[in-house]
Amino acid sequence: MNSVPIRIGVAMVVVSILFGQLEQSIAGPTHDTRSLSRDRLEWPSADDIKRTLLLRDYNTRIVVLGTTMLGVAAGIVGVFMLLRRRSLLGDVVSHSTLPGIAIAFIMMEMIRPGGGKWLPGLLIGALLAGLAGILCTKLILRYTRIKEDAALAIVLSVFFGAGMALFKAVQYIPSGSQSGLNHFILGKTASMVAADVWVIAEVSVAIVVVIGLLFKEFSLLSFDDKFAAAQGWPVFRLDLLLMLLVAGVTVIGLQSVGLLLVVAMLITPAAAARFWTDRLGRTTLVAGMLGGGGAFCGVLISAMYPRLAAGPVIVLTGVLFFLVSMLFGVRRGIVVRVITHRQLKAAVGRQHILRALFEFLEPKCDPSAPMSLQLVDHIVSTDDLQPMRSWTPKRLRHLLRTAEASDFITAVRDGGYRLTTQGAELAHRVVRNHRLWELYLIEYADIAPSHVDRDADDIEHLLGSDIVESLERLLSQRYPHMSVPPSPHSIDVASDTTTQQAVP
Amino acid sequence: MNRSATMLNDQPSRFGLGRALVVGFSLVLLIVVYQLMRKIMIGARWDSYDTWTVVTAALAAMACALPGVFLVLRRQSMMGDALAHTTLPGIVVAFLIAHWLEQSGWISSATYDSWRHAAMFIGALLIGVLSAVLTEWVQKLGRVEASAALGVVFTTLFAIGLLLIRLKADQVHIDPDCVLYGIIETTVMDTVPNTNIPRAAVVNGLVLLANSLLVVVFFKELRISAFDSAISTTMGINANVMHYALMAVTAATLVSAFESVGSILVIAMLIAPAATAHLLTDRLDYLIGISLAVAACSAFLGHLMAITLPSVIFTPLGYPEVVDTNTAGMMAVAAGCLFVTAALFGPRYGVVSKLLDQARLTRSIVAEDVLGLLYRLEEESGVGSLAINQLTAMIGTTTWPTYLALRGLAASGDVTVRGSVYELTDSGREKAKHLVRAHRLWESYMAKHFDLPADHLHESAALVEHFLGADLREELAAELDDTAEDPHGREIPPEKA
Repeated sequence: MNSVPIRIGVAMVVVSILFGQLEQSIAGPTHDTRSLSRDRLEWPSADDIKRTLLLRDYNTRIVVLGTTMLGVAAGIVGVFMLLRRRSLLGDVVSHSTLPGIAIAFIMMEMIRPGGGKWLPGLLIGALLAGLAGILCTKLILRYTRIKEDAALAIVLSVFFGAGMALFKAVQYIPSGSQSGLNHFILGKTASMVAADVWVIAEVSVAIVVVIGLLFKEFSLLSFDDKFAAAQGWPVFRLDLLLMLLVAGVTVIGLQSVGLLLVVAMLITPAAAARFWTDRLGRTTLVAGMLGGGGAFCGVLISAMYPRLAAGPVIVLTGVLFFLVSMLFGVRRGIVVRVITHRQLKAAVGRQHILRALFEFLEPKCDPSAPMSLQLVDHIVSTDDLQPMRSWTPKRLRHLLRTAEASDFITAVRDGGYRLTTQGAELAHRVVRNHRLWELYLIEYADIAPSHVDRDADDIEHLLGSDIVESLERLLSQRYPHMSVPPSPHSIDVASDTTTQQAVP
Repeated sequence: MNRSATMLNDQPSRFGLGRALVVGFSLVLLIVVYQLMRKIMIGARWDSYDTWTVVTAALAAMACALPGVFLVLRRQSMMGDALAHTTLPGIVVAFLIAHWLEQSGWISSATYDSWRHAAMFIGALLIGVLSAVLTEWVQKLGRVEASAALGVVFTTLFAIGLLLIRLKADQVHIDPDCVLYGIIETTVMDTVPNTNIPRAAVVNGLVLLANSLLVVVFFKELRISAFDSAISTTMGINANVMHYALMAVTAATLVSAFESVGSILVIAMLIAPAATAHLLTDRLDYLIGISLAVAACSAFLGHLMAITLPSVIFTPLGYPEVVDTNTAGMMAVAAGCLFVTAALFGPRYGVVSKLLDQARLTRSIVAEDVLGLLYRLEEESGVGSLAINQLTAMIGTTTWPTYLALRGLAASGDVTVRGSVYELTDSGREKAKHLVRAHRLWESYMAKHFDLPADHLHESAALVEHFLGADLREELAAELDDTAEDPHGREIPPEKA
């Protein structure tokens, strides 16, 4: 079962058997086409909403099913396109399909007049033309000096132009004028019939299954194709297969969202999923869910408001999901990032004020006794701290207030402050991290003692306990017994001018 | 190495006769093409209406090609494509606002009619900048990859535009088909009163004029920011401002061309002419000129193809009723054909010219190898003559480069042919001496400075010998204190006998 073609082949067989079963079980007895064909834009009645949401109509049911599956497949394929930085290739594929559709129509008309509208034939034509578009892009990139962006734009516009020219020609053919080929451009979900939907659904499931089977290979391809090639994977063939999947998604998306917008179904869910997780497996799942959910909601909305075309509504629902993800995504969402940033800033400010307190008090302490016990005995005023760093009086007051609120210092009479025990402990730790890093830089990076302060100032907040431990191990030869090593440089206002630029 | 060898071969003096031939040939070709075109145009019943179609389309195409040059150079071609989509909501919203103003009595319907175009223009300018800004936001705030951010933004705006059109179609008087597919064939009918000049030609001509003026006035700024935005910023030209200005101008150009020729032609004309020109030249001023020419040619060829090709193709297929097709679409196809032609036959970067260059280089190297081989034979055994099949086997190439090389050598009198046996002439021997001298000098140099064993020297010298001119040989000889023997103990032939 290890060889790729066998795996795919077996999967296809299983899928088609499953579909045979599913098709029979889902097909309802009534073929009511009412709900999708009324033309008005009023608030739908409660009955209509209920009817649509509960998927009472056979037509709504199959259209929703097909489009949702398309959304899932597009979301999943889109993740790999996004990771390969090829998102816009989908746009090229979709535009390139146009001449393929027209040529397929003409060829089928020639074989059997009136038979040009056979959907699978049209879709095969579209698929081949889409692949031809990709091939042209690759050829331009390989053999000319034209960069990727221009290559994409040229292929896209020339194929689309050729398609439009062919479409106009098709209009002259007697059966061509009512062929509905134009529906491929802007999409027309409502005009889909059961047979169309089954094609869409089957292709979507096939795509998802192929991705599932080749998940490892495709992830390797997306993250490091050169490494994959060096490992002996058939990178070129895998890439080709991925392109085929993209073309497949595009082609089945033509009917529901139209070729001008199908690229959105490839890009938007994948981009949205990236806000939720960093792991590829989960990204794929989330993208599939967002894509499917967007398509599902979009179709339902447009079923309730028949004047809203399904294609744009599906795209806009997807965008809504994208915006929500961009704001609230737990991994890279804006809100999460802002909160993390603020927390970090607060921690840095707290550590700065504690270190300033420590360094101010250090000369006043008796070096022979343990420092942490003496720190809490002294009272420090705002004026004492002001020259320790380049902070504005306002910022200093703010930092002191926050530190007081978190019980690191206590305010005493006339504006003085005293470190609490836990404050002294933390100050102790911060200064130790700072100085250990300074010593490390002096010892191992060969940096002059007068230059290490600023570097240490940046890094002190980020040193984890494991790094501190290894620093201690490294430096234990020279500073065996000191819990806080002495500062390697003089601490006065003058030396702190170096720190000034480091403080935002 | 290829490049330097080609440069060594390309002595300017060789082009005297060649250039004359090329000019003469092109003249003949032009006359033939002109006669052919006349026949075709008469056959296709070309009339003034066709001419005006071509003129309008050419003006639109040239207007688009100008901002396109900078989009291609800045690698933002897809941004142009995206703008072509996003101007749709811009137009619709502008129309809706103008319509609302008219309905609510703020402006009279006469003003509405005359300001419709201005409103559309302003809408496009705003939406152009808006798309760029939104893309930037999604990219920066969401840390989304650039092309994906662009994809999200343009599909969103386009979807909004489509919905608005569907919902408000009765108010905005925009036919989505017209905007998307272009109906240049009918816009030409709408002429300036009392003349034959189509209104669209005037609009596009004005936009072309405006764009040309902008390019001329801001040429320096555009050039610097296109090639190196960092440098342009240090020189006081704000790269961001240039970016947004380019987006706005592109969008305005697109929208003016939209109405008359449709979006397909616009997207094609934005990028294809500039990319075609980029295959032909490296200079920005030529690039702009060639782009304009390509744009105009595409318009002409496209229309010609639109009225001639369909019947040529479809009649044999059994559909004589197909007589013409979408002009804008065919213009895009024509632009694509010109691009492919340039990609294949461009004088410097064309695929065919690169192959020819390579063949020429191969031939000259093989010729030199033949000379060297014959010289070494003479040196060893006193007799330097070989049959062609022996030569081919010893040089290790296929037959035809050897054959071509030998023909060239025989023509320049460097070898003589007796039956099928080749022998050096005096002039050939002289050239071979220089080659072998270069080879052995290089071997000595390598042995002296690179500390390589004697059996590793030959490979590199066999490659380098073809690229060592007289001055380099002299320098090498001086460096090696005019040594007379190479590391293998063979004599280094003197430069002059």
